[in-house]
Amino acid sequence: MRHTISVLVENKFGVLARVAGLFSGRGFNIETLNVAPTLDPAYSQMTIVTSGDDRILEQISKQLNRLINVIKVTDYAGDVTYLNRELVLIKVTAKAEHRAEALRITDIFRAKVVDSGPAHYTIEVTGNPAKISGVIEMLRPLGIKSVVRTGPVAMARER
Amino acid sequence: MTTKSKRPTPLKKKQISGAEIIYCALEQEGVEYIFGHPGAVLLGLLDLFLQRSKMKHILTRHEQCAAHMAEGYARASGGVGVCLVTSGPGATNLITGITDAYMDSIPIVCLTGQVGTSMIGNDAFQEADIVGMTHTVTKHNYLVKRTEDLAKTLKEAFHIARTGRPGPVLVDLPKDVMLGEASFDYSDEVDIRGYKPRTKGHMRQIQRVAEAIKESKQPVLYVGGGVIHSEAHKELLKLAETANIPVTWTLLGAGAFPSRHELSLGMLGMHGTAYANKAVDECDLLLAVGSRFDDRVTGKLSEFAQKAKIVHIDIDPTAIGKNVSVDIPVVGDARQVLLEVNKLVKKQKRSLWQKRIDRLKDDFPLSFDAPDGSPIKPQEAIVALSEEVGDKAIVTTEVGQHQMWAAQFYQVSFPRQFISSGGLGTMGFGFPAAIGAALARPDKLAIDIAGDGSFQMVLQELATAVQYQIPVKVFILNNYGLGMVRQWQDLFMDRRFREVGMEVDPDYVKLADAYGAKGIHVSDRADLRPAIREMVETPGPVILDVVVDQDELVFPMVPAGGASKNMILQDQRKKKPLKGKLSALPDN
Repeated sequence: MRHTISVLVENKFGVLARVAGLFSGRGFNIETLNVAPTLDPAYSQMTIVTSGDDRILEQISKQLNRLINVIKVTDYAGDVTYLNRELVLIKVTAKAEHRAEALRITDIFRAKVVDSGPAHYTIEVTGNPAKISGVIEMLRPLGIKSVVRTGPVAMARER
Repeated sequence: MTTKSKRPTPLKKKQISGAEIIYCALEQEGVEYIFGHPGAVLLGLLDLFLQRSKMKHILTRHEQCAAHMAEGYARASGGVGVCLVTSGPGATNLITGITDAYMDSIPIVCLTGQVGTSMIGNDAFQEADIVGMTHTVTKHNYLVKRTEDLAKTLKEAFHIARTGRPGPVLVDLPKDVMLGEASFDYSDEVDIRGYKPRTKGHMRQIQRVAEAIKESKQPVLYVGGGVIHSEAHKELLKLAETANIPVTWTLLGAGAFPSRHELSLGMLGMHGTAYANKAVDECDLLLAVGSRFDDRVTGKLSEFAQKAKIVHIDIDPTAIGKNVSVDIPVVGDARQVLLEVNKLVKKQKRSLWQKRIDRLKDDFPLSFDAPDGSPIKPQEAIVALSEEVGDKAIVTTEVGQHQMWAAQFYQVSFPRQFISSGGLGTMGFGFPAAIGAALARPDKLAIDIAGDGSFQMVLQELATAVQYQIPVKVFILNNYGLGMVRQWQDLFMDRRFREVGMEVDPDYVKLADAYGAKGIHVSDRADLRPAIREMVETPGPVILDVVVDQDELVFPMVPAGGASKNMILQDQRKKKPLKGKLSALPDN
């Protein structure tokens, strides 16, 4: 099963290696990983997406908690309401006959063009993973040159 | 974040070198011994050991043994063991010892020299990324990059090593950090936001444990190293006696409960007593305290303690529910939790269960045959040692058959009396650990129960023992080979013995002599006990080389991954033909 795990850590060198090591040591692939400082620059928030056996992932969560540099671990697996957003840059081929279509798709998904040239648009989209794959599928027939994704960041809703 | 000190700090505090800060920190931690091996980057620090005499530096012959000695010191004393080695190979040689300490939750602090900060990452001479290498085998580790961080880091390192579930902490010390200057302040309390071990158990859970004990007809206590670490043996004894609960222990739990007690079941698991394994099979409540359901204990998980409700008391939440699903988990320090449980538990008689246990003990005793004229049996050598030295000794073991026989037949009666490498199963652990234990407990006699295979991995430390006249005794059960692997080949590989015979084994009497120690050799039953007495009475390091029956196997045995109903109770091989070449038995 796919898990999105939030890890609040001390913002120090080596912490990422410790966290990543818990996954790699068990042969688990980290699918996406996002790290940035929190409001307090002494700490960083990581969002990790991985998939695998639930029991082993529970172990990994517990062992993340055991790391001295880790403050808090949240696995969103049981939470259907959490916020999950990703930012993607898509460079799409846009010759004359396709330019209007590319802009229409951008509009439908409330994305925006951040760079353009005679034969391309670079489109910025944010959204949940379903929306991101929707955009990519729509743009694919036009010819996608390259895609760069941040990987999702996650946050629980305020109750 | 550290809490700000309220005292106004003087503008200019006395500046001292990094090396001196390290020395002062070790002094503040009450360190008595440092086990180490020098190197270029440590010169400044080593200079201080010469000038001052409070702490004693023990020069080992190999860094791996420095880590094991620190472990032996920690396991015997309950304090933190310290080792100090140089960068590069000095540091990498520690890794086996660190891993051993990690697997068995032993508090040691390893100080490693490192090349200067400007050289790190440049493949400098004797550089190794020891922090990166030991991420997964330390409880925590540090690379100190500024002299002013040294004191705080060392204080944290000792705090982390000894609190919660104890474990090894490594501190990497670049040369320039030790040469630089800063002021020394050791007064701040350690406050790490991500590290607040929970020691008090949840009261509701503790009540549920007490209720489960009250309702149970056939309970068993299954205790591990956590009881030793938290010094919960008195509370354990009280609980067992009040509620009449038989007690079985893991290899690391030996000593948590007196082995001669009527409620004692001995060790459980692969080479545990048949009655302990059967009691666990039949129990309706299994109370696991400071133990972790290791595969050598449980065998086939789906058939382990099937009828039992399971209570798991452990300070490490990670250990709970890792291998078995637990009915009543309690996160907390074993002693704290048992103290609370004891307040709720009332006197209970369980005469039927006690009768059943007595019956199991009568029907399936630990046994061996030692007919007249046969070679000395390893088990009888352990029995003789146990009877001759008993509680005067702290015993350590190496890893293999002798270790299991020691666990089965040495009568252990107090915590920290039996010291063994459990999780990692490190051959070569016992001898250096015995040296550490001898220094920690000068009131006891430190004896390494060894196999010839294991001892040969670390025998260079004889020099260390002789140099400092550390009165450590090495009791070798010599079967001229690697008995445990040979046992598996015997039972599971149709007796095709491969790479287990040590046709060349040193003459241990001459070896001891070469190092300036005393060596004794016995191969006759009649000489065994006199030799043990001679070993005990001879001051300083002694090797007693006991030639034992090479063909003896450890029983009972639950084959790896099997259920305890598949337990092999005794030797059934008598009539099987021999295949392959047996390694040579000695002529004498």
